[in-house]
Amino acid sequence: MSEPAAVPVHHAPRGFVRRYIFSTDHKVIGLQYFFLALFSVLVGMLLSLAMRYHLTNPDAKVRLFEMLWPDGAAGGLMTPELYLSLMTIHGTIMVFFVLTTAPQSGFGNYFLPLQIGAEDMAFPVLNMLSFWTTFLALVVLLAAFFVEGGAPLGGWTAYPPLSAIPAAGPGQGMGMTLWIASVGLFCVASLMGAINFITTIIDLRCTGMTLARMPLTVWGWFVTAIISLLAFGVLLAAAVLLLLDRGAGTSFYVPGGLIVNDRLLDHKGGSPLLWQHLFWFFGHPEVYIAILPGMGLVSQVLSVFARKPVFGYKAMVTAMLAIAVLGFVVWGHHMFVSGMSPYSAIAFSVLTMTIGVPSAIKTFNWIGTLWGGSIRFETPLLFAAGFVSLFVAGGISGIFLGQPTLDLYLHDTYFVVAHFHMIMGVAAIFGIFAATYYWFPKMFGRSMHSALGKAHFYLTFIGVYLIFVPMHSVGLAGNPRRYPDFKEFEFLAELGGAHTFISLAAYFTAAVQLLFLANLFWSMWKGRPAAANPWEATTLEWTVASPPPHDNFGGVTPQVHQGAYEYSVPGRSRDYVMQSEP
Amino acid sequence: MSVSKAAVLDRPWAGGTRPFAMGSKKLGMWLFIVSDTLTFATLLIVYTYLRMAAPSWPTPFHFSPGILFATVMTFVLLASSFTMVLGVRAMSEGDRKAAVRWIGATMTGGLLFIALHLTEWRSLIAEGMRPFSNPWGDPLFGATFFTITGLHMTHVAAGVLYLGVIAAGVARGRFSAEDVEVSGLYWHFVDLVWMFVFPLVYLMSVSLP
Repeated sequence: MSEPAAVPVHHAPRGFVRRYIFSTDHKVIGLQYFFLALFSVLVGMLLSLAMRYHLTNPDAKVRLFEMLWPDGAAGGLMTPELYLSLMTIHGTIMVFFVLTTAPQSGFGNYFLPLQIGAEDMAFPVLNMLSFWTTFLALVVLLAAFFVEGGAPLGGWTAYPPLSAIPAAGPGQGMGMTLWIASVGLFCVASLMGAINFITTIIDLRCTGMTLARMPLTVWGWFVTAIISLLAFGVLLAAAVLLLLDRGAGTSFYVPGGLIVNDRLLDHKGGSPLLWQHLFWFFGHPEVYIAILPGMGLVSQVLSVFARKPVFGYKAMVTAMLAIAVLGFVVWGHHMFVSGMSPYSAIAFSVLTMTIGVPSAIKTFNWIGTLWGGSIRFETPLLFAAGFVSLFVAGGISGIFLGQPTLDLYLHDTYFVVAHFHMIMGVAAIFGIFAATYYWFPKMFGRSMHSALGKAHFYLTFIGVYLIFVPMHSVGLAGNPRRYPDFKEFEFLAELGGAHTFISLAAYFTAAVQLLFLANLFWSMWKGRPAAANPWEATTLEWTVASPPPHDNFGGVTPQVHQGAYEYSVPGRSRDYVMQSEP
Repeated sequence: MSVSKAAVLDRPWAGGTRPFAMGSKKLGMWLFIVSDTLTFATLLIVYTYLRMAAPSWPTPFHFSPGILFATVMTFVLLASSFTMVLGVRAMSEGDRKAAVRWIGATMTGGLLFIALHLTEWRSLIAEGMRPFSNPWGDPLFGATFFTITGLHMTHVAAGVLYLGVIAAGVARGRFSAEDVEVSGLYWHFVDLVWMFVFPLVYLMSVSLP
């Protein structure tokens, strides 16, 4: 490990600022993204707890709310507007700064160059810029809480005309403007990241790393980067137009004759549906931006811990590409209730159902990978298996919602909330957990506590099902979503018990995450020192020291002679063959 | 299966080489162009969507002076693409002086385009066209016009700055022929965008007798 290399080794810059803050090292940037996402997920989770508490205790006066939001919770009583602003920031922060950031920008930055045998990303300075642009976007988003009127009310989808009219509500003034600015910045950062990822994968693979030998994690990041490249430019343009509607008096999204707060607006000729089209043309691919890196990671982890090659490698890659292509032609299924022609709805519905095919291929192959393996029940494996379970459970309700006739009834209910939280939220988060437990030894040179990790898995796994299974039933019973409380609705009174149950399960699941945080930070300093390849995995990142040196491979360019999943190879002394072994 | 391992490694996608035989910067520029294409395409689709949905869309442009003027602008921009080609060629032949001259000519073309475009904007504004209203009808005519041409003009202005940095570097012996070619890619892309804007926004808004 400390052998002097024959070729000159690049040293990390010595100054603290160049080394840890404005670093161009992909590993430092990966960690920066990881901690940014960790901070964001904690904020997002606390916001969701505040919402769950308010839903079940609508009349409670909470000192903490008043301290945090003196205007929105005067006397401790949460106003409907505050509830909606919490919902908006919860959604935005979770989708953009957690689900988009951690799997792709965090783990992708750290491990993509290591897994393909590169010294760094193709554009290290651009990489640094994209992190700091993301950071700025997060600051701008959170600033929305502190300006006059508070954070916007429109949800993470920011539908106009509400979002286009500053006078439409307390958060729709400066708060909404900051929201749009934040999303615009995030688009720019993601585009820079996407260009960097694609160029790195095409150009910087080491000798012998053919496309068919790339680990499926790399395929996941590659396909995700391609989707990002095509999707974020559209959201950026849409956001600019929304900003013009608010600031320059244009009417792209605002129809004529609109009366807001008893005032007839001057706007004329625009279409709120236009935003929905543009937003969901980005928004649906965004779902896959969140989940595809997790799919790659899960394939990787299942293979490593089942000591078997991935079942159907080519089918896995093809399925990812198919999902990416289909993801761009199904945006209309978010708009079934917009009054679209039933013929269009059928077309979107059929295309949506088609995504079930590659998804089923992936699930089948994951199970095929586990089948007959000599499974090692370590924490990463548990979370990867949990991902598969949640992906199936959340995907099945997607088949329901993809039917226009059913969606008309279910669209505005908690059924949708349960569906997307399970598949896009929790499944992707399980991917992030699996990645954290799997790569922690490499990132920090120490191991996470195994028993704590397993306890974290089982309690979280039970917890999320306790939250989201009853939520489906509440939705089927007709409980509308986005409502700050249900006091006024007699027909919902009997669902109060279910809501209380969901809230309690949410508090429980959130509390369990303290186990993870404790394990994470304790292990960083006090964990058992990790070997270079503790999981006996084959990919290149496990050939270098833990943590890897500044220039990854110590100035020696690795050579690849094997596929990524050579486990239990007959005739070998060990049950795995490293990719770099001849 | 009869292909030997060595033969596999000779293939362009086998790793350890750049499969498109170009520098990473050039590939990065192509990818940027892809994403920017999506951004411009969004605006042009927005324009088409709103125009199709409008009960009546203004067609205020006349052959003279409006279209004639825009044609001159188009010619200036196309000519600047031609000078850029000559600049890239000079650079690939190692003639830095000529390259700087041609890039300078390209920048002049870009600046002239911006000047003509601003003149046109000014005269349209003098006729009463605004992002939120215009004398001919649907207010979205002005909104889409200023947004699309404004974003394009911003790209031209950014391109002039970009070429300025490249020209200054080339004059001092910095930058490779490929760096100049990459800046040329950007410039041609901005021209190509105009080739969509001109017919959609100008020619289709001519009032026919």
